[in-house]
Amino acid sequence: MSEMENKAGNASKRSARRKGAGDKKDDKGLSQGIILFVVAFVVFFAGSSLLFPKLLYSKKDQPFNFDHKLHTYEAGDCDSCHFLREDGSYSGIPKLKTCMECHPDTAPLGVTEDEAVFVEEYLSKKREIPWFVYARQPDCVFFSHAAHTDAATGMDCIDCHGYIGESTSLRPYEENRITGYSRDIWGQNIFGIKKNSWDRMKMDDCAKCHKEETGHQGYCFQCHK
Amino acid sequence: MKVDRRSFLGLGLGAAAGVAVSPVGLKLTDDSSIWTQNWPWTPVPVDGKVNYEKSVCSLCPGSCGISVRKIDNRPVKIEGLADHPVNNGGACLHGIAGLQYLYDPARIKTPLKKNGDKFEKISWNDAIELVAEKLSSLREKGSPEKLACITDKEQGSVSGLFKRLLKTFGSPEFYTMPSLESYLEITASTLHGKGKTIAFDLENASFVLSFGAGIIEGWGSPVSCFKANASRKTRHAKLYQIEPRLSNTAANADRWIPVKPGTEADLALGIAAVILKNNLFDSNATSNFKGGLNKLAAVLQKDYSLAKTAEITGVKSDDIKKIATLFAKAEMPVAVFGKGRGDGAQSLKELAAVHTLNCLVGNINKKGGAFVKPDNQYLEFPDVSMDSIAKTGSGKNKTGKYVNQFFEKVNKSSQSLVEALFIYNANPCYTLHDTKKIKQALGKIPFIVSFSSFLDETAMEADVILPSHTFMERFEDVPSNGGVTKSVVGLTRPVTKPVFNTKNPGDSVILIAKALKGNIARSFPWTTYDKCLESVTSRIWNSLSKKGFAVLSNGMPEDSQPVDVSFLAENPASIKAQGGYDLTLIPIDNMRLMSAATASSPFAVKTVSDSVIKGKDIVVEINPLTARGLKNRGFAVLTTPMGKARVKVNINEGMMPGVIGMVTGLGHTFDNKYVSNKGVNINDLIGQVIEPDSGLDAAFGIKASISRA
Repeated sequence: MSEMENKAGNASKRSARRKGAGDKKDDKGLSQGIILFVVAFVVFFAGSSLLFPKLLYSKKDQPFNFDHKLHTYEAGDCDSCHFLREDGSYSGIPKLKTCMECHPDTAPLGVTEDEAVFVEEYLSKKREIPWFVYARQPDCVFFSHAAHTDAATGMDCIDCHGYIGESTSLRPYEENRITGYSRDIWGQNIFGIKKNSWDRMKMDDCAKCHKEETGHQGYCFQCHK
Repeated sequence: MKVDRRSFLGLGLGAAAGVAVSPVGLKLTDDSSIWTQNWPWTPVPVDGKVNYEKSVCSLCPGSCGISVRKIDNRPVKIEGLADHPVNNGGACLHGIAGLQYLYDPARIKTPLKKNGDKFEKISWNDAIELVAEKLSSLREKGSPEKLACITDKEQGSVSGLFKRLLKTFGSPEFYTMPSLESYLEITASTLHGKGKTIAFDLENASFVLSFGAGIIEGWGSPVSCFKANASRKTRHAKLYQIEPRLSNTAANADRWIPVKPGTEADLALGIAAVILKNNLFDSNATSNFKGGLNKLAAVLQKDYSLAKTAEITGVKSDDIKKIATLFAKAEMPVAVFGKGRGDGAQSLKELAAVHTLNCLVGNINKKGGAFVKPDNQYLEFPDVSMDSIAKTGSGKNKTGKYVNQFFEKVNKSSQSLVEALFIYNANPCYTLHDTKKIKQALGKIPFIVSFSSFLDETAMEADVILPSHTFMERFEDVPSNGGVTKSVVGLTRPVTKPVFNTKNPGDSVILIAKALKGNIARSFPWTTYDKCLESVTSRIWNSLSKKGFAVLSNGMPEDSQPVDVSFLAENPASIKAQGGYDLTLIPIDNMRLMSAATASSPFAVKTVSDSVIKGKDIVVEINPLTARGLKNRGFAVLTTPMGKARVKVNINEGMMPGVIGMVTGLGHTFDNKYVSNKGVNINDLIGQVIEPDSGLDAAFGIKASISRA
């Protein structure tokens, strides 16, 4: 054995001795580290997932409550108020003029407090109601309601908007503090998990449906004109 | 538990992994990308119902029909109105940017009264009362003729109301600013008799001989001219452009004939001499000549021989002969006058000489020729009621024949010739030559009332401002002008509620008249201008209100017109440029810049090439032969008898040697950061030269020198 080999052998013996002496203590330190890792992981994962949406979205109350169920019962389908104009463009949230077709003067039709607010604050003052729109897409997106709801495509309002027409009250509007857009676009589930077609309104959802229905997810400029 | 390095690492890594696996990262990335595509400070237009309203653009005399696209009640876009007899769906860059004037930073938001050097706000009632009080004192002193009025045009009901007010008040002092329309009327009046105007059938002419008319640079009714010029190729029609500069029109023409500045009249007379000498004239047409033809022929033979004309104008004898022959032998020739946009200074000698060519070749009231027709007469005002003061005052002589003479006389007179002045839709402190002298004249008038929408150079000199609605906020009848063959009246109508506390100028006049009481108030029986408009246009109101325009005459006038060339036969003197320098500075009209009462919009200014304005410096054009010692794109000092200006130089062969070209429409000094303090106003550098035989300011330019700065 050469001198070199001797030296190497001695070194490995020294190292084995040192390791053998501290084994128990090291295991304890490692497991404590792993426990702390797991604990921190769980706490921060759960904390981020639960607390983050609260920080990201601010809640805003609508000007007054609106009973869709009552109005669809009295006025008819969705398109009685959310209609397509003659040129095919979508009228969106009704303007005061549309409300006045059924509420022509300041005499309330019902007895609710909400209607009183509507009459006093908006109808008698001829002010437009500053509704917060749950489904408003960013301004860089072009979307034609007419193309999606016509006889050939045959989509129903519910497919994207859910059963809002059967609701009796309006939930608070949640606004993304960064983008200024509604929470409904990303969906209520912060992980982006959806169960129903109307749970989320992101570009991927458009693309998925387009792929299924037309065989192609569509081109950028079709919506981002 | 002891916190050692491993625990710390475990804790830290666990926290980092927990956050990393949570949706925070993904969601923040998504949100930040949406944020960057929709900057929150970028205004997002409010959605609403799209609708269109028909109106008429009155930014220039072109009077194009427009269709204003609105979202609910907010106008968002101006487009040309399809099937309109003037522009047939077309629009120019000034028209499409018209909405910017609604929110212009220089807009006057409420009536103003000058207190010392500053304006202070005043109510409409107080403002009208103040004006009425000042005017009443003039009548009480028995000098109603000391009230004068300057507007942009003779025609239309708003000018009609101003004229009516002056008449019932007792003053003859009604003036209009120089415009192509005024030159057309003066020329028609000189050659054919009063109450007539001229139009050019550019759409059908087979040979257009243009004496500097910027047919695609805003001359006449710009969109109509663009269309006529565009159709030239398919019609195989020729365009010969005579001017010192290779303008866009010259570049687009079949031939550019460079001519020494200010000798266009001589060239026209030289061409006329060839036509007469070589019997190229139409003998049927010459029978319409009622006076002066023989005398003119003698003058032409003596003073405008080919050699002499060639020497004066710089155009070769052979070319003059060739142009004369081509013009006279063309099937449908037309000679067009009005240098540039046609609203700058012009000499009557030039206008008459060019139009005489039309008369000689017999194209008057023929397809593709020049139409001589009566002025648009569609307004029916009721008779005025005049008291003795009004009768005496309005019977007196006017201070000057034209507005330039008016200012000159006011300036020179030691007495106070004018004590009150109304100015509507005119900016003489910017658009007339020698702006310093114009301001000086205004300084001598103790009480000036401006009806401007913008606090421009002239409005700044006013004592009271009664701000007007812009053309998008008011009703008004707008007769088609600019040498268009069809006689059309358009209806400007409000496409939005007034943005500020302004009024229709017609309403302001009616209110002043009512406040003056007596016969004057009785001559203004209408409660509002809108009612007045409906009543004075009752004959065509139905068509005006439904279609947005009414066609007064569509076709060609059929009657032959008498021609009297006595004015030219007297051999009026040619205009010389003022000053003793070697070079001549001439104005260049650029389609992208407006140089009349209304300044260009911010949008239009942004479209101007950097060979016209570079940063805040104006660029002048000069030929390489003349530009010795100057560096291309370098700074230079331009000197004229009126003053000096620091300019940049664009050396190019498109400008004749010996000439410097400077664009009009720059150098505004009022408070509008998008439009003002860019370049130089050429009218500061050119002085007026009154043509002795007509009284018109005929300064086509001024002598100048240029040296390296």
